Amino acid sequence: MPGLAAQVERYSVVIAIGGVPVRVNTADPDFLEMLQDRYAGFVSANAEAEFDFDVDLAPATFANPDADVSVMQRSGRWFMERGDFRAEWNPATRSGIIHQSANPYSIDAVLRIVHTLVLARQGGFLLHSASAIRNGKAFLFAGVSGAGKTTISRLAPADATLLTDEISYVRKRRQDDGYVAFGTPFTGELAKLGENTSAPVAALYLLAQGPENRIDPLAEADAGRELLANMLFFAEDQEMVHWAFQAACDFVHHVPVYRLTFVPDARVWELIG
Amino acid sequence: MSKKLYLARSPRVAARKLGEEMLVMSGQGSMLFTLNPTATILWQAADGATPLDEIVERRICSEFEVKPEEAMRDAETLAEDLAKHGILLISEQPIAGQQIANSDAPAQERQQL
Repeated sequence: MPGLAAQVERYSVVIAIGGVPVRVNTADPDFLEMLQDRYAGFVSANAEAEFDFDVDLAPATFANPDADVSVMQRSGRWFMERGDFRAEWNPATRSGIIHQSANPYSIDAVLRIVHTLVLARQGGFLLHSASAIRNGKAFLFAGVSGAGKTTISRLAPADATLLTDEISYVRKRRQDDGYVAFGTPFTGELAKLGENTSAPVAALYLLAQGPENRIDPLAEADAGRELLANMLFFAEDQEMVHWAFQAACDFVHHVPVYRLTFVPDARVWELIG
Repeated sequence: MSKKLYLARSPRVAARKLGEEMLVMSGQGSMLFTLNPTATILWQAADGATPLDEIVERRICSEFEVKPEEAMRDAETLAEDLAKHGILLISEQPIAGQQIANSDAPAQERQQL
């Protein structure tokens, strides 16, 4: 007797950002192809994954990706919602589901949230900053929109490896008090994916554009305040606030933080590395 | 004679001294505060058991050249302000650990990504 329900073909892609492989499952081969293109360079050939997400594609009735993101924890599960998606993630079972239309922006937001939650418990964070590797060391360039993240990325010399022009991925090393920056596919105005590589963080620069190139060290408390202002985290969850706050304080205690005032031309990179 | 006041640190905030400055982050709206030297003393001494007048006498009057009555008035105002922002708990009775824990509430979060 034939089955009552037809078996649905599932397609999967493993997206590894910051060394954390996340498998995304979909029944739509076109969506799979779009993901493979979108995350090229971050698609892992290894089938092993730390987390699994099923994507339930709906017609494009969801709207407004500019709406606020809502992230709530209930009974150990995380619920995420924006105008263009709804998602649920259970860290205990390492699995989740995303309801969205077939677009790259919704799943991108879910991945950012999930990585932020994973990193927070490990003393790491996502940061509104460009980052690049030079001479084997990673440098972060943080600032709000318009501060110069795209400009400093565009001016990077040929010997610099761009990790991201928009969202940096910072993980605390287990063996010491150091930090490592990873490349991310989270792009800004440059619309260029970062390289999927990593290096120890040597410094954080807080960007400001001015009449001359100069570097000024920041006091620890100033650095902490500025870092917190640029971190991605979820504001009203007590545990998350504690993790994020401690992560920022630890970071500025161990990594030099400077104000980088720069004229928007390539000479600024003479001061970096 | 005025009533004794007791202070305790709210469990809903995270605090850390960076350099010479005490930073406090509240879980409510993720507000970040930088405490002035007097507020830092109150925060550090807020154990739920030491009355405010004792904190003022031992820690504030000895640190700053200020009359005890004036220091007490200012400290009460400051403590109330810190309590309004959810940083300190204030009570006319000593504050036990259980009361501090009970002041905690389930949290939700909302942020623009």
